[in-house]
Amino acid sequence: MTLDQLPVLVILIPLLTAPLIVLIRTPAVVRLMAIAAAAASAFCAAMLVARVGEPISYHMGGWTPGIGIELRATKASAFVLALVTGIATVALLLGTRGTRLDVRGTSDRSDATGGQRSREHLYYAAFLTCLVGLCGMVITGDAFNVFVFLEISSLSTYALVAMGPRRRAFSAAFNYLVLGTIGGTFVLIGIGLLYQMTGTLNGPAISARIQEIGDPRTLHVAFGFLFVGFAIKLAVFPLHQWLPNAYAESPSAVSSFLAGTATKVIYFQLIRMCLVVFGADYVFGTLHFGSILGPLSLLGMFAGSLAAIYQLSLKRLLAYSSIGQVGYLTLALSLGTEDGLYAGLLHLGAHGVTKTGLFLLASVIIAHVGTDRLASLNGLGKRMPLVAFLFVVGGIGLIGVPGTAGFVSKWALLQAALAGDHLFLAGAILVSSLLAVMYVWRVVEVMYFREPPERAPLRPGYDWGALAPAGLLLGLSIAVGLYSEPICVYMRSAAAQLFAGGGAP
Amino acid sequence: MIANLWHYGLVVVLMMTGLYIVIAKRNYVKKMMGLAIFQTSVIMLYVTMGKVTGGTPPIFVQNDDGTLTEGIVYSNPLPMVLMLTAIVVGVATMAVGLALVVRIKEAYGTVEDDLVTELNREDEARRHLSAAAQPIKESKS
Amino acid sequence: MEEAITIALFALLLVMAMVIGRERNLFSAAMLTGIFSLISAGLFTALDAVDVAFTEAAVGAGISTVLILATLALTDHHEAHDRLHPSKVNWKAVGVVTLTGVALLYGTVDMPAFGVADAPIHEGVAKHYIDHSFEEIGIPNVVTAVLASYRGYDTFGELGVIFVAGLGVALLLGAGAPSITSEHPHLPQKSRAPYVREMPVVRVVTKALLPFILLFALYVQAHGDFGPGGGFQAGVIFAAGLVLYGLVWGPTALERFARHRIVERATAIGLLLYGGVGVATMAVGGNFLEYGVLTPEHPQHGQHYGIFLVELGVGITVSAVMLVIYYVFAARNVSPTRSSAPVTLPPPPMSEDAS
Repeated sequence: MTLDQLPVLVILIPLLTAPLIVLIRTPAVVRLMAIAAAAASAFCAAMLVARVGEPISYHMGGWTPGIGIELRATKASAFVLALVTGIATVALLLGTRGTRLDVRGTSDRSDATGGQRSREHLYYAAFLTCLVGLCGMVITGDAFNVFVFLEISSLSTYALVAMGPRRRAFSAAFNYLVLGTIGGTFVLIGIGLLYQMTGTLNGPAISARIQEIGDPRTLHVAFGFLFVGFAIKLAVFPLHQWLPNAYAESPSAVSSFLAGTATKVIYFQLIRMCLVVFGADYVFGTLHFGSILGPLSLLGMFAGSLAAIYQLSLKRLLAYSSIGQVGYLTLALSLGTEDGLYAGLLHLGAHGVTKTGLFLLASVIIAHVGTDRLASLNGLGKRMPLVAFLFVVGGIGLIGVPGTAGFVSKWALLQAALAGDHLFLAGAILVSSLLAVMYVWRVVEVMYFREPPERAPLRPGYDWGALAPAGLLLGLSIAVGLYSEPICVYMRSAAAQLFAGGGAP
Repeated sequence: MIANLWHYGLVVVLMMTGLYIVIAKRNYVKKMMGLAIFQTSVIMLYVTMGKVTGGTPPIFVQNDDGTLTEGIVYSNPLPMVLMLTAIVVGVATMAVGLALVVRIKEAYGTVEDDLVTELNREDEARRHLSAAAQPIKESKS
Repeated sequence: MEEAITIALFALLLVMAMVIGRERNLFSAAMLTGIFSLISAGLFTALDAVDVAFTEAAVGAGISTVLILATLALTDHHEAHDRLHPSKVNWKAVGVVTLTGVALLYGTVDMPAFGVADAPIHEGVAKHYIDHSFEEIGIPNVVTAVLASYRGYDTFGELGVIFVAGLGVALLLGAGAPSITSEHPHLPQKSRAPYVREMPVVRVVTKALLPFILLFALYVQAHGDFGPGGGFQAGVIFAAGLVLYGLVWGPTALERFARHRIVERATAIGLLLYGGVGVATMAVGGNFLEYGVLTPEHPQHGQHYGIFLVELGVGITVSAVMLVIYYVFAARNVSPTRSSAPVTLPPPPMSEDAS
């Protein structure tokens, strides 16, 4: 019986722990509660991965899907859930380090008045609700429910980003809020138009209706609004402006979490919207969506990676790199083939793990050096050899050097491009990888080929709370790079399942 | 046909007025007001879709013996349910957004977008200049 | 006739939206936004969406307006003139808006005509709700039945959104729960409405009105099954009554019977109650929020109990969150460190990536 409840438990555990945290308040306890809730949710997600074959459908309130809300666990959604919850658990280990909450009396004026009372419980509760929002979007089978959970995660994210140590965090969070709300409202408009034309909100049911009603213009517009709304949230070029500030200004734990999960979850929504709701034939056949998304992806790949080369600080560099990586993801989808989807899902996992690892390393560096300015990281290879080494491991993962998970996914992407006779795309992927080499090399050069400053005040000892998870994630990336068989098999079948419309209702 | 669609047209114009305020205005409070108008008009779009001509609000009319009165046309309840949620989302966004505006005012002394952007640029320049001048004095608590 | 009213309301809304855009006095713009919501509520009523109208009136014209006014009291009252780009039209915005608007209008062309009863939107699940909800759930207000039972999970998420709003505002503006009385007993209560606060008539009337407002909130809470209303509207009205009292008599007076810290905990209790009902149905062997299993012999009764409890949870969390938000904004107002420094404020000490 309990096993049947797995899909809802993934959501319910963190969603009920958040209010409990507000009730309990004791900082030391709530931290453990948050970690335990995320870990329990991750455990449930892992169980789902192990159990899912045919899509698991969970009927909320016992109502038939359509009349009520349905949760749908497919192979792909179970995987994304496991990724998101796993990364959340790891990022929570960082605690509130680098947040406004523990910078008493410096930049934060309110702490001068009420600093003796901790707000840590609110921070952890918001972290968990952010996780809930992301998971809820992934597992639901209902179009409007996606919007509700999108807003849960977005609102928590705005508040969490604003907890960053500098004042710019406020303006980054506000700009994100305005753009994000426009995006969310576009999604809402798109859902409304879809509902108007089909009379239902259930994903598979909408899909079935669309095949009956032909090709009304309202449907084009619905698709357009959903795409633009998700594109804003996904930071597809040219709607990416909010991302660098939001990632670079937010607290370390938050940027580590978001970098690996937020855009991935939205990408998964885009996939489902194209393949499960509208159907591949309609999206790529009738609407020629590939010829819109493809060029945007290429622009994003190059613009993001080029901008990354010119950044002066580590987190900002990583953030721009994320825009480039989103380009790979959408490029994979724009191919409109099962091979492309397979590559996209692989890259989703590979990039999520690698980027979170790198952001965790950035937080270790910030904790010890006091800043992430590249100019201050001279000679870090001598001062913090382990961290610098791990950073190189992550960097080659971003580039896609053989032996890393990044290689597995990029190789799949290349093959998918070649299989569709897109020689030009294959070339573009290779060239943009060279750009990745350049921005990773900038950091390597600073760390290994410059002399450390003479009287460098470094804090002694390693911060294992962040370093161990980073090592774990980057080790995972290497492990997958060396032995990719099981994950590739799983992703193949996940892609096949999604491409066939997410399994019959 | 088109004659019966003017409701939607008006809703769209209203929606775009709100969106224009959000994008064009530099004052953050004004932007939030624009967002409120934008979201309210989306609610209007849904409600307009749910209306049935000659219908009544979807609350069952009962006879004296508790059975339902036959032959009454009800408007569509589902868009209304969805829009209750949308209103909640709207006010939640409003609250968080305005709280951010207050913090921005305290941190920057202004809530005008162009001024905040300028101050951000200065911050960034100062950050990297001081890094070049004295790479060692990374004061950290 | 009905059409004429609708057109008139639409025209009014359009004019108001444009005035809000142009008005540089932000206090006026805030009041206009409130009136805009009120007129929208009128339009919703004309379109049969009574529950939506009720909520929009309470939220848009009430809570949102109070929030904007509270923000204005802490920021600027006037929108600055743009020094860099004095030209009035922002062409980039015009471009984006035109593109979006034309796309939407293009989409409306193939829409089913307004009000047609056999449009797909009325044929699908909505038909099921109208035809079967009375036998399946047994309450007259279909909106409440859909909200609390068929789509109860959505409403759970909606409650989550409200809870997050409370969290977010408290994270941003409140340092934990600074009790206004205990932390600044010596400070004169700076008011957003100092004139109002000194008017004996207003004070007395507010005090006399309060019990009626709270009673009305309880009525709305209980009556949601039969008419427009329910936990959300009740929560907003309950909070609005208390906020009104706080505005006139000062937050300190309000804190005497609704302590900030208890209210903050109440935001969690409502959500836990809602989730708890779901967990209970799971424990009995049903799915999440499957109220029918609570009383297997009479599923309708289970539905009634379930809907009553979750609506109660909604009411508690909504009113508590609204109050927390009010408290946090009000505490900001009396904070002695509040800065009203001009733009030339020197940047804060470079707290570089503090760790």
